[in-house]
Amino acid sequence: MRGQVPILQVKNLVKKFGDKVVLNGIDLEVGKGKVIAILGPSGCGKSTFLRCLNGLEEVQGGDILLDNESLIGDSTRWRDVRQRIGMVFQSYDLFPNLSVLENILLSPLKVQKRQRQEAEAQALELLERVGLADRANDYPRQLSGGQKQRIAIVRALCINPEIMLFDEVTASLDPEMVREVLDVIAQLANQGMTMLIVTHEMNFAKLVADEVIFMEQGNIVEQASAEQFFSNPQTERAQQFLNILQF
Amino acid sequence: MLNSGISVLFEGINMLRIIEGLLVTLRVALVAVVITIVMGFIIGIIRTSKNKFVQLLFRVYLEMFRIIPILVWLFVFYYIFPANFDLNLSSEVVAFIVFSLWGIAEMSDIVRGAIISLPKHQVESSKALGLSPVQMYRYVLIPQAIKRTIPPMINLITRMIKTTALLTMIGVVEVIKVGQQIIEVNNINYPIVAFWVYGFIFFLYFCICFPLSRFSRKLEQKWAA
Amino acid sequence: MTFDWQYMVEVLPYYKTALWLTVKLAGIGIMFAIIVGIVCSVIQYFKIKVLTTIVQVYLEIARNTPLLIQLFFLYYGLPKVGITLSEEICGIIGLTFLGGSYMAEVFRSGMEAVTKSQIEAGKAIGLSNSQLMRYVIIPQAFSYSVPGFGANCIFLIKETSIFSGIAILELTNTTKNLMGIFYKTNEALFMLVIGYLIILLPLTLFLTWLERRVRHAEFGN
Repeated sequence: MRGQVPILQVKNLVKKFGDKVVLNGIDLEVGKGKVIAILGPSGCGKSTFLRCLNGLEEVQGGDILLDNESLIGDSTRWRDVRQRIGMVFQSYDLFPNLSVLENILLSPLKVQKRQRQEAEAQALELLERVGLADRANDYPRQLSGGQKQRIAIVRALCINPEIMLFDEVTASLDPEMVREVLDVIAQLANQGMTMLIVTHEMNFAKLVADEVIFMEQGNIVEQASAEQFFSNPQTERAQQFLNILQF
Repeated sequence: MLNSGISVLFEGINMLRIIEGLLVTLRVALVAVVITIVMGFIIGIIRTSKNKFVQLLFRVYLEMFRIIPILVWLFVFYYIFPANFDLNLSSEVVAFIVFSLWGIAEMSDIVRGAIISLPKHQVESSKALGLSPVQMYRYVLIPQAIKRTIPPMINLITRMIKTTALLTMIGVVEVIKVGQQIIEVNNINYPIVAFWVYGFIFFLYFCICFPLSRFSRKLEQKWAA
Repeated sequence: MTFDWQYMVEVLPYYKTALWLTVKLAGIGIMFAIIVGIVCSVIQYFKIKVLTTIVQVYLEIARNTPLLIQLFFLYYGLPKVGITLSEEICGIIGLTFLGGSYMAEVFRSGMEAVTKSQIEAGKAIGLSNSQLMRYVIIPQAFSYSVPGFGANCIFLIKETSIFSGIAILELTNTTKNLMGIFYKTNEALFMLVIGYLIILLPLTLFLTWLERRVRHAEFGN
């Protein structure tokens, strides 16, 4: 079953900042339950691409379809879409004025209007799963970077999204904390969560991704299964990119 | 009616008198500003000293000027010296003294803040290069700090110029006093003259302060980037 | 320098009344200034058309002219075109006019200090604009604003001394009048300084404490 129904389709997506073309006609189909790693040098547009999928950037052309429904157009209710597509950022961005539990419950209670008891039970279960159940009443300032990032993932998961977007979530972490965050994401992959992951962790991408997209200058240069991409990249640019990363 | 009042501004030497008054205002401000900048830098650098006594002494000095209103300081200097020391200071001299003391206090805090906000490794790498303390201040710290002091310094100058309005209350014959004299002379024939004179002085102050505060904001934006 | 303590006890009631009036007028002025400040800063933050321009003009005028002239214009100028206001009303209007612009600046920069990524994180979990305001922007902007807000309150209380220019019997003007009648300069000025210290010293200490507490609660440093 995995990967047969495309849950997300991107067609000829164009994004410009002024005259500068950042995404130059991106096409992509994401099957339900697939994990896609998006790789490429800095400035290639991979983060911008993710941000477009969550309505954080306006696009200048093309289409995005979620379950065959277009998200492009003035009538799009991004607030509803964002409950189906969760996103985690490099800078974690927990709200410093709220406790861990309040951070996680903000959207379930205020946006989704769920029952406190039920939402809280889910939050605690998710916290348990990432090994932070005892931190529910702490404030973000009391946590390490890795812990903050795991909480941020829980915060996104507690809305019960169908797709998760990860934007370089380990890029600002100390090396010894990277593992604890990647473990959580790998766990999600095993449970069949559909995910798009922008990352610089090649070994991690190799391990969890079904498919790899290699981007450069706003284009998808190569798209292949993870296995093939890492063992036998087709394009010269991808080969160079992988070589640079190896000593 | 409105018209007949405004014409008073342009009658005889009235406009000239107002401008002269404004020059008195600006003279006080300018002298105080020059003293403020020079002494503010010196005291600001002294205040970066780690000596607890020096720190406390200047802190008390600064807080005195922060807590007590400037108008009160003007009164204190204006009335205390003649009453106790038989020393008659002209109101303009009192103004110089108070504005300078106030300006130096604020300016020294700006300079001190700019220097101590420089990254610590600037001091450490200067030391590592073998610079003497004087060389460190001369070549490394002060040049970097100056840029940070300029926008708040211009803001301070704007505040000092605005505050010169208070000089009229200790009898300096500056722009407001001149305005009041013109009003007194014309009040009977043109009661509305007060509206125009005060409106005009309001406008004059704006014309001086607005470009300054605009300039400081532009610099701030430019240097923040 | 000599002090006539007997005299100081005699005039104490005048100072009590003046101190109370100073606190009252400053308090009312600051309260209105906060309201004006909030309205203006929200207009600026959301860049609401036309209103932003009006706010901009107001801020420039209020910040670039002396309070004394503002008061003279209100108290001596406006009656000539048919608008007569009592001294105290003029004082409160002047203080609000001036203070509103300072408060607006502090609140606006507080809101702008809330990082873009915090706002995006809020959007990403589906918050509406008003929810973003309520749960993310305002609580954080509040902490950023505390130091500037405190400085403004102290500044505005000190500015009430300028009310003496329009015959309001607050601390400074009371002192001036007493000096004119009794020539007890040292005593009068001494009590004036003490009067301001009674209001401002505790407030300064409280604000320093509040600042430290809020910063720690929010950002842990």
